[in-house]
Amino acid sequence: MTHAVYDRTELSPVDPDGLSEPFYGGSAPQSLTAPAPHMAPQPALLSARRLMKSYRKGKHVIPVLRGVDFAVRQGEFVAVVGQSGSGKSTLLHLLGTLDAPDSGEICFEGNRIDNLPYQARDVLRNRYFGMIFQFYHLLPEFNTLENVLVPRMIGQSVWRYWLQRRAHGQRAGELLEMVGLSHRLKHKPRELSGGEMQRAAIARALIASPQLLLADEPTGNLDRHTGAEIMRLLRTLNREQNLTIIMVTHDSTIAGRADRTVRLVEGLVERVT
Amino acid sequence: MFKLLLSWRYLRTRYIALASIISVTLGVATLIVVNSVMAGFSEEMHRRLHGILSDIVFESHSLGGLPDPDWHIAEIRKVVGERLVGITSTVQVPAMLSFPMRGQWITRQVNLIGVDEETYADVGDFSQYLLHPENRERLTFDLHEGGYDERLPESGWVQRRRRIAYERAYDEQLRQIESLGRTETADASADFSPPADPFGGVPRDPYGATASSERPSQVFDEAKQQHTGVILGMMVASVRHRDQDGEVRDHFLCRPGDDVNLTFPTSPPPGQAPAAQSARFTVVDLYESKMSEYDSTFAFVPLKDLQRLRGMIDPATGVRSVTALQIRLAPGSNLNEVRDQLIARFPPDQYHYRIQTWRDMQGPLLAAVQMETTILNILLFLIIAVAGFGILATFFMIVVEKTRDIGVLKALGAPSRGVMSIFLTYGCALGTAGSGVGMVLGLLFVYYINEIATGLEWVTGQEVFDPTVYYFQEIPTIVEPFTVFLVVLGSVSIAVLASVLPALRAARLHPVEALRWE
Ligand SMILES: Nc1ncnc2c1ncn2[C@@H]1O[C@H](COP(=O)(O)OP(=O)(O)OP(=O)(O)O)[C@@H](O)[C@H]1O
Ligand SMILES: [Mg+2]
Repeated sequence: MTHAVYDRTELSPVDPDGLSEPFYGGSAPQSLTAPAPHMAPQPALLSARRLMKSYRKGKHVIPVLRGVDFAVRQGEFVAVVGQSGSGKSTLLHLLGTLDAPDSGEICFEGNRIDNLPYQARDVLRNRYFGMIFQFYHLLPEFNTLENVLVPRMIGQSVWRYWLQRRAHGQRAGELLEMVGLSHRLKHKPRELSGGEMQRAAIARALIASPQLLLADEPTGNLDRHTGAEIMRLLRTLNREQNLTIIMVTHDSTIAGRADRTVRLVEGLVERVT
Repeated sequence: MFKLLLSWRYLRTRYIALASIISVTLGVATLIVVNSVMAGFSEEMHRRLHGILSDIVFESHSLGGLPDPDWHIAEIRKVVGERLVGITSTVQVPAMLSFPMRGQWITRQVNLIGVDEETYADVGDFSQYLLHPENRERLTFDLHEGGYDERLPESGWVQRRRRIAYERAYDEQLRQIESLGRTETADASADFSPPADPFGGVPRDPYGATASSERPSQVFDEAKQQHTGVILGMMVASVRHRDQDGEVRDHFLCRPGDDVNLTFPTSPPPGQAPAAQSARFTVVDLYESKMSEYDSTFAFVPLKDLQRLRGMIDPATGVRSVTALQIRLAPGSNLNEVRDQLIARFPPDQYHYRIQTWRDMQGPLLAAVQMETTILNILLFLIIAVAGFGILATFFMIVVEKTRDIGVLKALGAPSRGVMSIFLTYGCALGTAGSGVGMVLGLLFVYYINEIATGLEWVTGQEVFDPTVYYFQEIPTIVEPFTVFLVVLGSVSIAVLASVLPALRAARLHPVEALRWE
């Protein structure tokens, strides 16, 4: 299958399910032995170097990112802030391999991922990254439980999924319990509140036990109170499961709850803390 | 996995797509009905066309026919060999049939065929189409006592005796009136009302002159004896019409037991022109193949009598010539191959014979039916193709509507291929469902087609299927599983093809743009 393409030389073969231990978890020190030479002494889980991205509209070229340098360590909770239109979402999409930068490079666990073939990037997003969005983006045809299982359905063949359906169901149930949604398993997204949808989306992002959670304004569409709840949940995940989180927000109080804040100004990074 | 589940969910929630598939359903149903009816018609037609024709007909162009049939039969046996099942000789001439009806002479142009009672049944289904059950068993040219058909309760010897008794009584009364010496005889005969007329007013025997020439020297008792038998086609002897209640009825102009005149050309010695020869025959049975072409032109008489009457017997040698040889082959034989071998044995530049298979003889008709079927199929498939464009448009709308979901799927790692296959599966499922339902509808329609036709007649007051035109009592249908399979396959492929473009568009969507989509 395609996921074999994303294979690291130091650790092969890759567990085809990604279900057992995350192969490059924080508890696996040997994987941290070969940091990329350009990095800070403390090894980075994800790093970006001189990222450039511009959009072309006819003859106009709109430069959005003009050389972003950025790194996040294992277990860190980083907030990316900046004005509206400063390119936060664009950066997050690049980091999540949803889009390719014009130039520069992105490394995950010391390996370049921005130039991987499509299939490998699909596997990466499916197994190693979790993503949550401002507008939750749950699939309206599926109920909460099925929405949480979607990454598993995508990542596995019908046969394998069928064989492991119990394990998957149990894991999804646990995740939903953890985010406090165990009483809404059979509800369709349109029957849920915004906060509930975002919690379902978080559970979905976690189903594959990812290394990294990419969140694009997860509280942007929620009231202060619900937003705070979501933040508490993210904090807990970060602390208890040592989950690395990169969160985009334009709310400075929300950003204040992160370990570190990175500010984007005119397409460049301006470090705050 | 998500592909199947998503396609299934889309199928259950997007009813608009079901609307677009209804045209596929209707198209498939119509195609199945049309093909079944056309197959039924053409099968029935083949059966009837072939019924009377043997597999291969070996005809002479000349009026005198083949001079030496036995030699020809022996040669044909040599060429055909094992495959030969039956062979018979016939004499075919154009003839004029005439018989009296209410004082008028009615004439019909017929194709007179002299057949050999012994062997003619071996080469075709001729005898199956006769009305009298005994003739169907074994062909004879003897008049039966009765029991021809429920449409002909009064026929056979019963009819003949009654008619002759009536005519004699009529003559007797006429004579008495004349002998009374009434001066106003002319008026009297006009005013005279005959005894109760049992069969539609047949007047006194108006064909005295021809009849007397045929009669042998000893007295021919019409009530006890018959002339040489003739079997007439159903539509030669009757007219089909519709009575006030709309029922289809056959009105018989002459029936078994009646006498008719046949006039046909003789086979002259070289140097002489053919002359007309007339003879009287007694109708002994009717022939109803329900192919109007045959039923309205054929008249069958015994071969020997026709050869004698036409002068086809060589006075010196006693050899009887025939005009055609009918050949029946073993089932499954290649007719065209045998025909070609026969043509090679009797090359047209040396022998003036025409050797044809029954298909050759009915070629234009068969080709017309084939053509009709083909054109109908093309037209109906165009309807399904139109439905395909409906699916295309609907699917494009669904893809646009689902743009964000597609973006989400891609963000969660769904490969483009997978996204594409969602829509292909969806199209395939819709196509299968649509054509499956269409298939069931079509098969049900075919199964109950006669009931449906009756129902339509009742609702519209118009005859859907007119037996006076088609000569079938019911609409014949044949369901060919292979055709049904092809139709279903074709429409499923159209549905899948129609979903390819939208599916490609979905696959090409850029995840970021799809996610930003509002
Ligand atoms: N497809 C595109 N074509 C052209 N310009 C684009 C496109 N996508 C984004 N942009 C531009 O890129 C810039 C950065 O967009 P982006 O969505 O990353 O901003 P953002 O920081 O996330 O803003 P917000 O806080 O409002 O979400 C914006 O000025 C936007 O107009
Ligand atoms: Mg944004």
